[in-house]
Amino acid sequence: MPDTAEPGPAVLESVLVANRGEIARRVIATARRMGIRAIAVYSEADAGLPFVREADEAVLIGPPPPARSYLDAGAILRAARDTGARAVHPGYGFLSENGLFARTVIDAGLAWVGPPPSAIEQMGDKISARNLMAAAGVPVAPGTTEPVNDAGEAVAAAAFIGYPVMVKAAAGGGGIGMSAAADPEQLVAAFETARSRAERFFGNPAILLERYVAPARHVEVQILGLPGGRVLALGERDCSVQRRHQKVAEETPSPGVGPALRARMQEAAVRAGETVGYLGAGTVEFLVDARTADFTFLEMNTRLQVEHPVTEMVTGIDLVEQQLRIAAGGDVSVGAGPCATGRVPASGHAIELRVYAEDPDRFLPSPGTITGWTEPSGEGIRVDAGYEAGNQVTQFYDPLLAKLCVWGPDRDEALRRARDAVASFRITGLKTNLAFHADLLDSEEFSDGGYDTLVVSRLRP
Amino acid sequence: MAEVRAEMVANVWKVVTAEGEEVSDGATLVILESMKMEIPVLAEGPGTVTKLAVAEGDVIQEGDLIAIIE
Repeated sequence: MPDTAEPGPAVLESVLVANRGEIARRVIATARRMGIRAIAVYSEADAGLPFVREADEAVLIGPPPPARSYLDAGAILRAARDTGARAVHPGYGFLSENGLFARTVIDAGLAWVGPPPSAIEQMGDKISARNLMAAAGVPVAPGTTEPVNDAGEAVAAAAFIGYPVMVKAAAGGGGIGMSAAADPEQLVAAFETARSRAERFFGNPAILLERYVAPARHVEVQILGLPGGRVLALGERDCSVQRRHQKVAEETPSPGVGPALRARMQEAAVRAGETVGYLGAGTVEFLVDARTADFTFLEMNTRLQVEHPVTEMVTGIDLVEQQLRIAAGGDVSVGAGPCATGRVPASGHAIELRVYAEDPDRFLPSPGTITGWTEPSGEGIRVDAGYEAGNQVTQFYDPLLAKLCVWGPDRDEALRRARDAVASFRITGLKTNLAFHADLLDSEEFSDGGYDTLVVSRLRP
Repeated sequence: MAEVRAEMVANVWKVVTAEGEEVSDGATLVILESMKMEIPVLAEGPGTVTKLAVAEGDVIQEGDLIAIIE
């Protein structure tokens, strides 16, 4: 079987979006704009959400638990068959980085809107990804090259790597299942926690250790793998604003990255993509040592990222459109036609604030019914919302309500617009982190741009 | 007697204790999961778990009884 679908017509006839909430809505919007029939799948919990209504067709695939709906490959493929869908877009999370699902889609004769399954599998295992990158000359942090099987092995490895170490699920993602350890006692506890989380969330107990760089900035590079093998780098995003190792706000360009570092990181990201024969949209994540400006490879996400809108806002490129074009066997429309120079112009500054259904002080989940929803609007504002007034936000999925994205001609203007936008975004019926975003935007640390991955812990000690 | 109740809508991920077990102050009784976050529910004092009202996989509402400790 070929590794990718054979080239088809220039535009897909239809696409089934195997996801939910804001990303399903966003993919459906671009597909419909391109004249592609958009099919949604949804669980019983999501029947009232905008993405279901806005699709051309919607198929109920199961009860709320993800394992019985959005992770149910059989149900999704049955829905594709019943609606005559010609392609599947997996969004982010759920099955988007599941190589077996990608292979199943392709074997069913459908186009997979994503990279080759081999690239997904190589990068999905963080241990093999690190080893592959190191062999390709991409800088990686000191760490384990084989899975760590027990706490004793962990302690032995850490003695060699040096503390502090980050303990991670090798099959993990989304910041889940990671914790730092500063000494052997902390390491043993972190190892046991990571192991059980790895089993629980990813079905794979394999653990790796990496030297933990602090203070650090989390900076990632958006890549686009073109038909024919070339890989473009579309700029970087600073994602250092995190709570529980999950991103809360992102921006581009990164205020902590100068032109020389940018060039080196983009070059490394392109090399990473070429090494795995990447096709379509992907992101290479790095950790930048805030003191030395050295950078190391963290992981590669073989899918669209949550925070992709900020890159779209500064480049003018619709990344979902490029994904759908590539999946149809066509070329991209980056710039004024197939990109000749490999350099994509960017203008201005963009910030994304993730609006979560959680309290703004301790970030504890706040499911509930949305009684009111008023979005900000104005110059440079883009809101990617998964919900609207009247919707129920349940405990079964992540707490993302909407992405508030703001563009300005420079960072100061983007910050000004963002402050106004946060102040006029009204959501009632449950708690949201909007008050936290107001504090973030008012903080000296974020306003100056000199923040690192511990910024949230300083704003909320 | 202390009634341990749910503070929010959540899924019961892990039941760590059992009826009849003696627990110390701060012992984990169950671990809930809500919006991809694990929320441990702890005993707020020493005692015996005389009733365990939830099972793994249950969906519980705010205010639902989880356990009674005496």
